[in-house]
Amino acid sequence: MSDPVLEVIELTKSFGAVAASDGLTFSVKRGEIHALIGPNGAGKTTAIGQLSGEIRPDSGRVRFDGQDVTHMPTYRRAQLGLQRSYQITSLFPDFTAEDNVAMAIQAQQGHSFQFWACAKRDATLRQPARLALKRVGLDDKANVKVTELAHGEQRQLELAMVLATGPTMLLLDEPMAGMGQSESLAMMEILRPLKGEVGILLVEHDMDVVFALADVVSVLVKGTVLMTGTPEQVRANAEVRRAYLGDEG
Amino acid sequence: MISLSRRTAVHVIGLVILATLPVAADLAGEPFLTTVASRVLIYAIAAVSLDLILGYGAMVSFGHGAFFGVGAYVVGILTHHAFNGSAVPFLPGEWMGTTSAILQWPLAILVSGFFALIIGALSLRTQGVYFIMITLAFAQMLYYFMTSLPTYGGEDGLNVWERSSLPPLDLYNDQQFYYLTLAVLLAFVGLMQRFVNSRFGMVIKGCKQNETRMKALGYPVYRYKLAAFVIAGMGAGLAGALAANHTEFVGPGMMHWTRSGEIMVMVILGGLGTVIGPILGAATLLMMEEVLSQFTEHWMVILGPFLIFVVLFLRGGIYGWLIGPEKGDE
Repeated sequence: MSDPVLEVIELTKSFGAVAASDGLTFSVKRGEIHALIGPNGAGKTTAIGQLSGEIRPDSGRVRFDGQDVTHMPTYRRAQLGLQRSYQITSLFPDFTAEDNVAMAIQAQQGHSFQFWACAKRDATLRQPARLALKRVGLDDKANVKVTELAHGEQRQLELAMVLATGPTMLLLDEPMAGMGQSESLAMMEILRPLKGEVGILLVEHDMDVVFALADVVSVLVKGTVLMTGTPEQVRANAEVRRAYLGDEG
Repeated sequence: MISLSRRTAVHVIGLVILATLPVAADLAGEPFLTTVASRVLIYAIAAVSLDLILGYGAMVSFGHGAFFGVGAYVVGILTHHAFNGSAVPFLPGEWMGTTSAILQWPLAILVSGFFALIIGALSLRTQGVYFIMITLAFAQMLYYFMTSLPTYGGEDGLNVWERSSLPPLDLYNDQQFYYLTLAVLLAFVGLMQRFVNSRFGMVIKGCKQNETRMKALGYPVYRYKLAAFVIAGMGAGLAGALAANHTEFVGPGMMHWTRSGEIMVMVILGGLGTVIGPILGAATLLMMEEVLSQFTEHWMVILGPFLIFVVLFLRGGIYGWLIGPEKGDE
């Protein structure tokens, strides 16, 4: 439980004069939910992008599961079990919900240079896809096209896809974005049982969610970690209140 | 009692027409129609192959004519040497070429696949408009290369003095040539149908919809797109090999960008992202050309508005319109 599955060491990334990451350092332990909070423009999404490999850092290192992955392309990190979800829903709109999850599972089953057998009748894809959909409560929507799903359902599907790959660690960029109260609660009940099983780096604006789920909270301000602690410690910290929580009223 | 889906009906009717066409043409006293129909089938193969990358993978390649031309030139050059009794240059030994289809056609497929591998490997590093432009540029490079290569006729092209030999068939017999081409088309369509529904096909369709997400899920997308590009190039090469036999001539015009554009129009006209649509597109375009050019040499004036009409009002192309709103072919 105690060894870090993800270590972020002195990451720096600037866009012109703006330092989106400025010596960013933190680590996430195996099976722990680590929340990353901070005001808008603090560099949360940029941080996730650098961890997933979609954004190249100017300097610094990222270690995942004992390996240096700083220069590894996105798809290789994903194959190692570092999966991400997106703040803006990122799915395959022409596919059904089940196809979307099957796509995620297929990525974990070796190469896809298989030209003959029909992928839609492949039980090794379809069965785990069904299971993953069930896990997020979408099993009755398996054959519905993504574009016909409600926004909250699309967010659930997004999670089903990353879970279906059997990840070691999830990077969740605002999984509750745009959700109503009840959808948000339902999503929390999906995430909670993952604790202890999967490491999660959670970027989230909703403080109720963060304080209810997170084991550890890091506060990000101007691309650097202002403080890391338990939810209680963070809530009690005066500096954090000034920098961030104060804004919330 | 028997409920036939509209799609099945379209397929059956289409097959019946294709299977009986030469017989009907003879009965109608218009045997020339069989030759025209063979041309349609050849271009249909090229269009179906382009649709694998254009329709399913959203890779807008504007240089598909290059692979068509390469396939045709392989047949043309091998026949040229076989006919002259001269050795094929750059090859070990003194190979005098061949007219055997068993050798010519697989070679045409391999060589165009090789060109697709090189061109695709470089082009697929770019995206969007750059991809369109770079595929166009490569095709034009080949066009100008063949234009300025006097050994093989330069801009005058090369006569194919002898059609490929494929015993027991006689490719000079228009009906036999037609049925052979039809068989090749059907085999190719069957193959593509399997491909687009396989794991590989799912990856290609996934890349079209959301390439970023594909990478995030762990797919090395470049490899899959390149493989699709090569397969499409090989299909076009096969069509080119048939075309060289059909016209008994190969020329740089086969690689010109207008040829690539024509094949693209066929795909869009017939129905992007379907295996059957491009066949209908090829038939429509070439038949329009055939019929309209009898009345006016400016037949493009009619084709243009028609194409605009199809793109604007028939979403899913002619095939999508025929099979109705139930969503294109899977």
